[in-house]
Amino acid sequence: MSTNASQPLQPLPFSAPRMARTAWTWARQNLFNTWYNSILTLLALWVVYEVVTGLWMWGFWHAALYYRDAAGHIQFDRKACADSTGACWAFVASNWYLFLFGTYPYDERWRPMLAFGVVIVLGLVSLHPRVRATWWVRGLWLLVPLWVLLMVRGLGFLDMKLVDSSNWGGLMLSLILGTLGIVASFPIGILLALGRRSTKMPIIKSLCVVYIEIIRGVPLITVLFMSSVVLPLFLPEGFNLDKVLRAQVGIIFFSSAYLAEVVRGGLQAIPRGQEEAAHAVGLSYWQTMSFIVLPQALRIMIPALVSGAIALFKDTSLVSIIGLIDFLSIAGLATANPQWIGRNIEAYVFIAAVYWIFCFNMSRYSMRLEKRLKTGH
Amino acid sequence: MMSEQSGQAPRSAFWRTTEFRATLYQIIALGGVVAFGWWVAHNTLHNLAKRGIHSGFSFLFPPTEANFPIGETAHIPLLQGGFLYLLMAIALGWVASVLLAHWGRGHGHPLAEDLRMQAGVVALVFVLPVLVLYATRGSFQTEVYDATKPYLIAVLTGVMNTIKVSFIGCILATIVGLVIGIARLSSNWLVAKLSGAYVEIFRNVPLLLQMLFWYFLVLNTLPPVRRSIGILGMVELNNRGVYTPDPIPQASAPHFMLAIAAAFVLIYLYSHYAKRRQEQTGEQLPLLYPSLGILIVLPGLVWLVLGQPFTFSYPELHGFNFRGGMVLTPEFSAVLIALVIYTGAFIAEVVRSGIQAVSKGQREAALAVGLRKGLVMRLVVLPQALRVIVPPLTSQYLNLTKNSSLAVAIGYPDLVSVGGTILNQSGQAIEVILIWMMVYLTFSLLISLFMNWYNTKVKLVER
Repeated sequence: MSTNASQPLQPLPFSAPRMARTAWTWARQNLFNTWYNSILTLLALWVVYEVVTGLWMWGFWHAALYYRDAAGHIQFDRKACADSTGACWAFVASNWYLFLFGTYPYDERWRPMLAFGVVIVLGLVSLHPRVRATWWVRGLWLLVPLWVLLMVRGLGFLDMKLVDSSNWGGLMLSLILGTLGIVASFPIGILLALGRRSTKMPIIKSLCVVYIEIIRGVPLITVLFMSSVVLPLFLPEGFNLDKVLRAQVGIIFFSSAYLAEVVRGGLQAIPRGQEEAAHAVGLSYWQTMSFIVLPQALRIMIPALVSGAIALFKDTSLVSIIGLIDFLSIAGLATANPQWIGRNIEAYVFIAAVYWIFCFNMSRYSMRLEKRLKTGH
Repeated sequence: MMSEQSGQAPRSAFWRTTEFRATLYQIIALGGVVAFGWWVAHNTLHNLAKRGIHSGFSFLFPPTEANFPIGETAHIPLLQGGFLYLLMAIALGWVASVLLAHWGRGHGHPLAEDLRMQAGVVALVFVLPVLVLYATRGSFQTEVYDATKPYLIAVLTGVMNTIKVSFIGCILATIVGLVIGIARLSSNWLVAKLSGAYVEIFRNVPLLLQMLFWYFLVLNTLPPVRRSIGILGMVELNNRGVYTPDPIPQASAPHFMLAIAAAFVLIYLYSHYAKRRQEQTGEQLPLLYPSLGILIVLPGLVWLVLGQPFTFSYPELHGFNFRGGMVLTPEFSAVLIALVIYTGAFIAEVVRSGIQAVSKGQREAALAVGLRKGLVMRLVVLPQALRVIVPPLTSQYLNLTKNSSLAVAIGYPDLVSVGGTILNQSGQAIEVILIWMMVYLTFSLLISLFMNWYNTKVKLVER
């Protein structure tokens, strides 16, 4: 290498020609550069105008949130919407507890609130990359599912009475089902993927392939029906799983098959030399996998894993079909109240917004990771 | 392996070899699965006996009557007469075309290059079944579900409804996805951002929620039957559905349809001839107008000679409801809209990444040669992008078909919905779930097969 090649590039002695960067030139270049683009722009502007004004009028301008009663107190009941033509957000405001926790006992509400409050604080703390990397934060994250379950279900002592899972509901239930689903199906998915990739054990391989392909070939709802209707038939008499647990089992069955395919994709991206080198050094199969191959594969898989988590979280809404009171089914429950009949659209828009905030942020996060992993090479 | 390389290396004990361990693990796994299966079967038989449920599929057949209404029925062809002949013709044509292609490969007429071979395959796969269908049209027998029919017919109606919504959904979602995906890469800033917003909004909200939303939106915004919105007296919009004119086939209808099929065959032959002509002489024959001409003239002649093939029945208000005409129910519409919008967002992403996967140089080279922008997309970018697009597109079609099962939530009588009713009525849970899984696995297999076939075709073009 010659020496001057390693020197930093000097800026050129002249700069690029100055262009007038006004809004008009920008619009000329990006919106009206051809005649059909001009038409498209006008059409798009019209669509944006219609949608934005429509939503604004319905959701804000003509919407009603509260009213003041004779004593001047703020109230959130039906009267707030008596003469509004837009959305009735008083409906959401007065049903906030139902949306968040379903039919969970109102007197015990501090427990899920404390549980999720701690998780949110942990999440905020983990936003800082240095704190995120410490072992105690990682350890705390591992304990999160256990902590939430213990708090929500109760211990039966310490003044925390047991709350049966049939009373869990709302956003809380959806979050629990989604989180436990992804946590529990992860190890199963890894085992299935390793089994599917094994070359020396054809029987185990075919068992894994059959399982993965059958589950991936059928809709989640059939798996959920299976776990809620048929699973009790499969178990010995008197062995009762409650409804939530049965749905959870179905979700885990389902998502582990999809996770296995994600893991398999990650494993395939690791060059064979890694495995062979580890083998040559004398590591056993499990040592090779857990110290050499899987750590590398997991890094590659993270974006796909996050999209899997998003899909799973959206899919938990299906448990409303088999009669669980998840976040989505609160819409039906709350609008069954004679005070709020016909407020379905408000309910669905609110639920959609919450789901969207969760899923959109997760997908943004995975995109960021993807970008960082790409530049890392 | 190590011991084979160096002769003196000590042989490890047999229980430490990988072969032995592999065998042992497999025996354990298989034993575990068999034992588990036996345990499950044992429990199930015990539980079923206790509840007095007879397992088996006999509940599907007469004399059992289904005894529940289904909102949307379909004509289910019986496996006899014309339908049987049609199936046989399809199978025969398919096998014969595979044999023909095999023979051609061995005798210097590869299918990809020999036009006569291609024409032969088209004749076997397409023309033969159409002719058989035409010839045996009189002996078609169909069954339409009503509450006195056995469960089997109910299940088949559900299957037909699932096929209907998935098939139309796949086509529409592809169009939406293609348009949005291309628009996302548009040079028009606003259009690109708008389609980006579309994708991000609809991808991140559960499909079931979208279905319910559209369903209630449709029900809430459309007027009741009495105040139905009429469009030119042909289409009626109200909260029972969208009523459109229904074509009623007349005597000349079969000949008319045959003429349309024949027109397509002629267009196919003509376009191949034009292609070969261009390859040999460089001369471009006009394609669009002759094709349109064939498509209009041939069926038009049949119409003129044999009379009008279809008359239309229009929706009319009788008492409390509309009669006559075809109806798109709110349930069907909501399922279809939700599936198309949701899957369209995913397909748009597939299309976008496929187009971005085509290297920039290809587009620049095509522009440098002097192709117009639209032609660059059609002739250079999209054919190469298809290679990347087709595999993930397949899984989107599979997802759409599986997701159509969410229709149960708003009462569109698809397979899962009908099966759920049967499950509740008869208590034959295991059988119903087996039927569900078998049918969906078959759908998945068929779609995969079709798309794999298409994939090889796309690959061949790329060569």
